Amino acid sequence: MSNMEKPVLKVDNLGIDFGGLTAVNNFSMEVYPNEIVGLIGPNGAGKTTVFNMLTKVYQQSRGTIILNGQDTDKLDTVATSKLGFARTFQNIRLFSNLSVLDNVKLGMHNSTNYSLIDGILRLPKYYSEEKKADEKAMDLLKIMSLDEYADIAAGSLPYGAQRRLEIARALATDPKILLLDEPAAGMNPQETEELMAMIRFVRDHFHIAVLLIEHDMRLVMGICERIYVLNYGMLLAKGTPDDIQNNTEVIKAYLGD
Amino acid sequence: MVFFSYLISGIGLGSVYAIIALGYTMVYGIAKMLNFAHGDVIMVGAYVAFFMLSRFGLPVIPSVLITILATTLLGVTIERLAYKPLRNASKLSVLITAIGVSYFLQNGAQLLWTSSPKIFTSIVGNGSLSLFGGSLTVDYATLLTILVCIIVMVALTLFINHTSTGRAMRACSEDQGAAQLMGIDVNKTISITFAIGSGLAALASVLLCSKYPSISPTLGSMPGIKAFTAAVFGGIGSIPGAFIGGLILGIIENLSKAYISTQLSDAIVFAVLIIILLIKPTGLLGKPMSEKV
Repeated sequence: MSNMEKPVLKVDNLGIDFGGLTAVNNFSMEVYPNEIVGLIGPNGAGKTTVFNMLTKVYQQSRGTIILNGQDTDKLDTVATSKLGFARTFQNIRLFSNLSVLDNVKLGMHNSTNYSLIDGILRLPKYYSEEKKADEKAMDLLKIMSLDEYADIAAGSLPYGAQRRLEIARALATDPKILLLDEPAAGMNPQETEELMAMIRFVRDHFHIAVLLIEHDMRLVMGICERIYVLNYGMLLAKGTPDDIQNNTEVIKAYLGD
Repeated sequence: MVFFSYLISGIGLGSVYAIIALGYTMVYGIAKMLNFAHGDVIMVGAYVAFFMLSRFGLPVIPSVLITILATTLLGVTIERLAYKPLRNASKLSVLITAIGVSYFLQNGAQLLWTSSPKIFTSIVGNGSLSLFGGSLTVDYATLLTILVCIIVMVALTLFINHTSTGRAMRACSEDQGAAQLMGIDVNKTISITFAIGSGLAALASVLLCSKYPSISPTLGSMPGIKAFTAAVFGGIGSIPGAFIGGLILGIIENLSKAYISTQLSDAIVFAVLIIILLIKPTGLLGKPMSEKV
């Protein structure tokens, strides 16, 4: 970790209430460029709620989110995507009737620059832009070893491949920070091992930061450089994997008294 | 030979239904709403085309282009003013609003243009093509309708399947939330869908009135309901479904008019719809419904 650098993501005193219930409160965190950061906590601690606030699925009740130096307070979901958030989902949300290739090309929707008219009349711009998108999408699929599946429907992929495709689709939006919501859920130890290598590779290859929610402690302790622990919507602890593993508060939160 | 001439005019009628059904099915597929004002957009298109052709004496192609422009604007405006504010409202509110818009357009037309019918001049004249030494005649309006329907289907399929806007439309029809998180502007995509559906309504109105030239403020309601039926028949939300549903509906309607009873033809059409829905509740090409657990 390099504290000298400016954080790519800075969250200050974030909070959200649903009716009378405070789901997350006073949550602050920083993520620096090229860093892999974990967000852990018991079920219902508010981890996915944090992701939903970052991507403006929910508007926070309090606090600020600054991505790449820009306050996202007035932005909507589409604008936060353009600004540099990309995410995957706890329960896979691929466009399952679309082909694997089209799923990735959808991630490039905002970088594919041709007008409706170009598309309808098939002007040269249409062909050159589509070709560019095809090439970039195929590169991403190769990296995720999904290229052999390019033309089949995303919904018919095996489970592990669907998880990788979600990451490929998120990467296609050219994010500054990749948010992974339980990427190892439902994976066997072998697949988890491969996933860890892949997350590191993605970070190094695309020079992006990764923020991940995960319950698989082997993955979290294995690849995260820093970890934030949420409990009942509040920050319980933060630090390196070693700090967290030896933190009595954390152990109590997970195992009970 | 008489059978074939009925069949061909049935395909012609079905082609108009198919083009109208596209407007219903695309909007349903993406915005998950039934736009019952669609038939009345066709009516407005018919008046616009009538004024361009008969009152202002413009040539056919500019008239049709102006009509397309007018219905597209109308469709997008309706969406913006009436449906967009209800994006998160219950489906029933949106449905009632659509019916309200439909009445608004019908009554507005009555106020502006009175309820006495006007006579539309066919854009291809009243001639017909004679085949097999005159034993089979097909009028030009029917031929043009079938041709336009095929072109529209091919172009739309290419558009939906191979352009970035088409991809965004398919994504929105599956999961609007995930689409937004990928940076797709769902509101804009819905507007484009309305624009395309309403633009096609202009084509439908010109073709329909070339064949059935009497235009009045309620002109859109029957073809609108038939086309909606066609969309449900083929599987609402499915573009090839709208095409097949429209054609089958047109053929059944025309053949039952010819061989069974003119009065009963509509009843027969709707009876067939009921039977299909009993056997296959999602329509011919509709996706099977499955509840996620």
